Amino acid sequence: MSDTGIGARMQRKEDHRFITGKGRYTDDINLPGQAVGYFLRSPHAHAEIKKIDTRKAEKAPGVLCVLTGEDAAADNIGGVICGWMIHSKDGSPMKAGPHPVLAQGKVRHVGDQVAVVVAHTSAQAKAAAELINVTYKVLDANVDPVASQKRGAPQVHDVASRNTVFEWELGDKAATDAAFSSAAHVTTLDLVNNRLAPNAMEPRAAIGSYDAGEDHYTLYTTSQNPHVARLVISAFVGLAPEHKLRVIAPDVGGGFGSKIFIYAEEVVCLWASRRAGGVPVKWVADRSEAFLTDANGRDHVTRAELATDANGKILGLRAKTIANMGAYLSTFASSVPTYLYATLLSGQYNIPNIYAEVDAVYTNTSPVDAYRGAGRPEATYVVERLMETAARELNMDPAELRARNFINSFPHQTPVIMCYDAGDYSASQKKAMEMIDYAGFEKRKSAAARKGKLRGIGFSNYIEACGIAPSAAVGSLGAGVGLWESAEVRVNPVGTVEILTGSHSHGQGHETTFAQLVSDRLGIPADQVAIVHGDTDKVQFGMGTYGSRSGAVGMTAISKALDKIEAKAKKVAAHVMEASESDVEFKDGSFSVKGTDKKMAFGEVALSAYVAHKFPTSEIEPGLKEGAFHDPTNFTFPAGCHICELEVDADTGVTEIVDWVAVDDFGNIINPMIVEGQVHGGIAQGVGQALTEAVVYDEGGQLLTGSYMDYCMPRADNLPSFRLDFTKTECPSNPLGIKGCGEAGAIAAPAAVMNALTSALGVKDVPMPASPQNVWNAMAHLREAAE
Amino acid sequence: MPAISMTVNGEKVCGEVEGRTLLVEFIRNNLGKTGTHVGCDTSQCGACVVHVDGKAIKSCTALAVACDGASVDTIEGLAQNGKLHPMQEAFREHHGLQCGFCTPGMIMAGIDIVKRKGKKLKEETIREELEGNICRCTGYHNIVKAIQAGAAKM
Amino acid sequence: MYEFEYHRPKKLADAVKLIKSKKEGKLMSGGMTLIPTMKQRLASPTDVIDLSGLGNFGVSVSKTKVTIKAGTTHAEVASNSDLKKAVPALAALAGMIGDPHVRHRGTLGGSVANADPAADYPAALLALNAKVVTDSRTIEADKFFKGLFETALRANEIIKQVSFDIPAKSAYSKMPNPASRYAMVGVFVADFGNKGVRVGVTGAKGSAYREKAMEKALSADFSAGAIAGLKIKADDMNADIHASAEYRAHLVGVMAKRAVGAAK
Repeated sequence: MSDTGIGARMQRKEDHRFITGKGRYTDDINLPGQAVGYFLRSPHAHAEIKKIDTRKAEKAPGVLCVLTGEDAAADNIGGVICGWMIHSKDGSPMKAGPHPVLAQGKVRHVGDQVAVVVAHTSAQAKAAAELINVTYKVLDANVDPVASQKRGAPQVHDVASRNTVFEWELGDKAATDAAFSSAAHVTTLDLVNNRLAPNAMEPRAAIGSYDAGEDHYTLYTTSQNPHVARLVISAFVGLAPEHKLRVIAPDVGGGFGSKIFIYAEEVVCLWASRRAGGVPVKWVADRSEAFLTDANGRDHVTRAELATDANGKILGLRAKTIANMGAYLSTFASSVPTYLYATLLSGQYNIPNIYAEVDAVYTNTSPVDAYRGAGRPEATYVVERLMETAARELNMDPAELRARNFINSFPHQTPVIMCYDAGDYSASQKKAMEMIDYAGFEKRKSAAARKGKLRGIGFSNYIEACGIAPSAAVGSLGAGVGLWESAEVRVNPVGTVEILTGSHSHGQGHETTFAQLVSDRLGIPADQVAIVHGDTDKVQFGMGTYGSRSGAVGMTAISKALDKIEAKAKKVAAHVMEASESDVEFKDGSFSVKGTDKKMAFGEVALSAYVAHKFPTSEIEPGLKEGAFHDPTNFTFPAGCHICELEVDADTGVTEIVDWVAVDDFGNIINPMIVEGQVHGGIAQGVGQALTEAVVYDEGGQLLTGSYMDYCMPRADNLPSFRLDFTKTECPSNPLGIKGCGEAGAIAAPAAVMNALTSALGVKDVPMPASPQNVWNAMAHLREAAE
Repeated sequence: MPAISMTVNGEKVCGEVEGRTLLVEFIRNNLGKTGTHVGCDTSQCGACVVHVDGKAIKSCTALAVACDGASVDTIEGLAQNGKLHPMQEAFREHHGLQCGFCTPGMIMAGIDIVKRKGKKLKEETIREELEGNICRCTGYHNIVKAIQAGAAKM
Repeated sequence: MYEFEYHRPKKLADAVKLIKSKKEGKLMSGGMTLIPTMKQRLASPTDVIDLSGLGNFGVSVSKTKVTIKAGTTHAEVASNSDLKKAVPALAALAGMIGDPHVRHRGTLGGSVANADPAADYPAALLALNAKVVTDSRTIEADKFFKGLFETALRANEIIKQVSFDIPAKSAYSKMPNPASRYAMVGVFVADFGNKGVRVGVTGAKGSAYREKAMEKALSADFSAGAIAGLKIKADDMNADIHASAEYRAHLVGVMAKRAVGAAK
């Protein structure tokens, strides 16, 4: 292994600019003559718009234009779309209401965009927005997802009666019901998977710029997938065809899913720039705006049941989930509580019968879509809470119950679509138990009790499906796009390399790991490799970064393009060295001729390819540049075992995580330092879900957690240091043998925390987040017992 | 509009601001130093931390005009003659950053911790002292390690 | 933020003159509350009079008495070595306000004048029987905190300093709001020996207050056991998504016991 090859703990190439303040995020970009866009947003959760009077605002100082939904309709600006079609049990297509870029006729959540003011300065735009007079007829709000389906609940969209977007199912109902009727034991849990705000630290931002001379648009935006943004804005919004629209996602300060989606503000900045006569229009969300408008995550209400025989063998699993979609269907919203959720309900276990029903509902809240893990944390939470609870009810050790049910031969076809290709779940559980000294837990619990603390331990043996995804498979399930990835390798005449990738890095370190792959394959130092991403004018097309796909799919595309580079370079080298192509070998960065001392460095071959003096250009084209599109044949299935140990202060309800071990199987690892960082961050977000975070609306649909004053982000002192290790089964579906690692921590963590907490308190459930208040409330039985 | 002047990263700068212009706006918009970021509007995230007269403050919660005459240090001024500050170096070495957005504030906060608490820092101290800095990517694990290591080398 | 005119007087008298002459003037000390409030467009003063130019800061500790000038930052209070010896609880309290960056700018005077129901200082001022000295008079802490963001300060009155007698022992125990880190409940206990015990509570109600039943019990017996049986009523406690009234009432008891146990 070289210092910069696969497996090296190489420092990140991108870090220099970030640690010196030279990162270039969207808000750091200022175009000449740029104006500011400010959105007037709805103060009501649900209201009819009777009238919008913009006359005063238009005359206010510095104002270039004021636009409303009527203007958008007049200009034929289409709405933003949901790109995944789900069909209900009865075969009917999902009921997607319109999602205009500026509200038309109705506002459906607090923060819904009503108008945009474009002015020379932010202060002018804000001042003018206060002069817009909107006449609303306020309607009752529908906030509770469970109540939303009841008769008489306020209707968010006319198209969706009982606010129901779809009633979907997966699995064999009859077989599962039969398994339950024969079961020796049934464990039932009612679980709420709390709504979360993704909170990438960089708020969303966009600059739209229209060039009237070329009739061409440029959008700078905080996006995880600029090409998909361009596609949607072209094909559905209809603002400009793709060749007239350039989308640039420069440095992006975290995404976690929330920057996958195509948001109204991006479209409006482009359109407003045209309407303002080509003046670039910049919009930067403040955090309060982010809380109102960024797509949220999770928000499930689930009844889950697990049927077991007398020996703890699982016979079946049933789940009925109500998934809150918010007021509009965001870009991939419908896929999250369906194919990204119910397909993982088998967990790491042999479960012969599974049946899941999911009702997706509209409410007068901000939209919900993919957030780190997207569906898989919800699935893991259901399965792993069920396993722990079943073990307690059956008086079995939870580790033993798991071990008894592990899948241990592969490939394994679950009853819910997924075919697991490789894994060793016993190995990760065994290692994690050793690391945490599972055997010594009772001693530690007694020691804690002597200090007045309640100590608990909890497992989460997660599995996820990522590296999304085989295009034909997702197409058959309703996806509107294919989920391959593209790459182009450009070798320069001096032998340095540019990689153009459709993946997008917003913290994942692609500039480093992708360069490591190239370094490894071509035998050149990583600093001779540049990674180009995030610009539709440079990279031809790409599907972007989410679903832990950039390694398994994005890097495989690079790897395939590198295969082609190697093949062509071999041809060139054979001619130059006057040898037969079959005698040329490529190793450690040089081409040699078998049985001779003839040798050419990679850079020399690159130069020869461009000079083109020594090979017949009728047979071999000059130059050295290759591209590849890679469509995966399967998902990848990272899995592992996380164990959390925590202590509860019974007087205050404060929970402190005192130890955390994570043993993950990500297959081969390109850069362990970066992978560990991904796991740390994922766990922190999962702990945030379990202990601190929740988006809360009041009954009228007003957001109560609209800033960091009330939305509790995990801080450094809420978290421990984490102890990580790995096991390895190589992924058979890609040549690198790698699996996704970006979401694993967030998927595993909530169940580990809540299993530990319920074990500490001796209760069946505590609502997430297990804030001090919720924990204190859950301890009422202990206080009563003491009295 | 009041005219103000201050010393930023050792250089004298001046400009005209409104009363309401925030220090962070002056730094980013007037001076073009965009390494100082804004991540919230309630003075909590710490992406905007700079040093004013040697002390870490949130530049989103200070008026530029109130810093007239002050000496301000931002992330851009840390490296000297092309050599990174030990705290910057430590963040890279220990992978203390991912998306990089909170990083300038974290590094400025880290240096301030060392100024107040010394070079030998316990993990617990660092975690407590980072109360005013939010990171969403790293889970703080490597930030804590980086500050500990950077402190030792300062 | 709405535009305003900025002033930074060098003398208290000038500050008083300025605030009196402006239509809707607002005094700013550290600005840690005022600036965010103005950013949210919830305050729109015509003039902001910045008191940071007065040079009115510093902590002085005599044998029996502590005086802290209004412009003293939380960081200065937290790190003052004389205060740490005389009333370590107050230094510790200051070190729990906001975060290190906020403590470098926020001041005692600003916090006291703002009288946020979840601020830390009011609990201490009540328990320490402090006197708030303004440009025109002296107000006892008991008469200073009137309600939600409401104090006895007249419009245009400026706090100069706060002073109090050094207690025999004291401690502050705080349960922070998990998100904002303001006090969800904070209890400051001060034992003045034969002059009795005072207990100041913040975060729990619309305004900081004294828990007199506890004071009585602790004056007789300064031990956690002495207040263990006291039931704190939840009737007029604050309630929000982070803490119900019942939970807050419970926390008042827990924090008080912890403060008594930690007092030195």
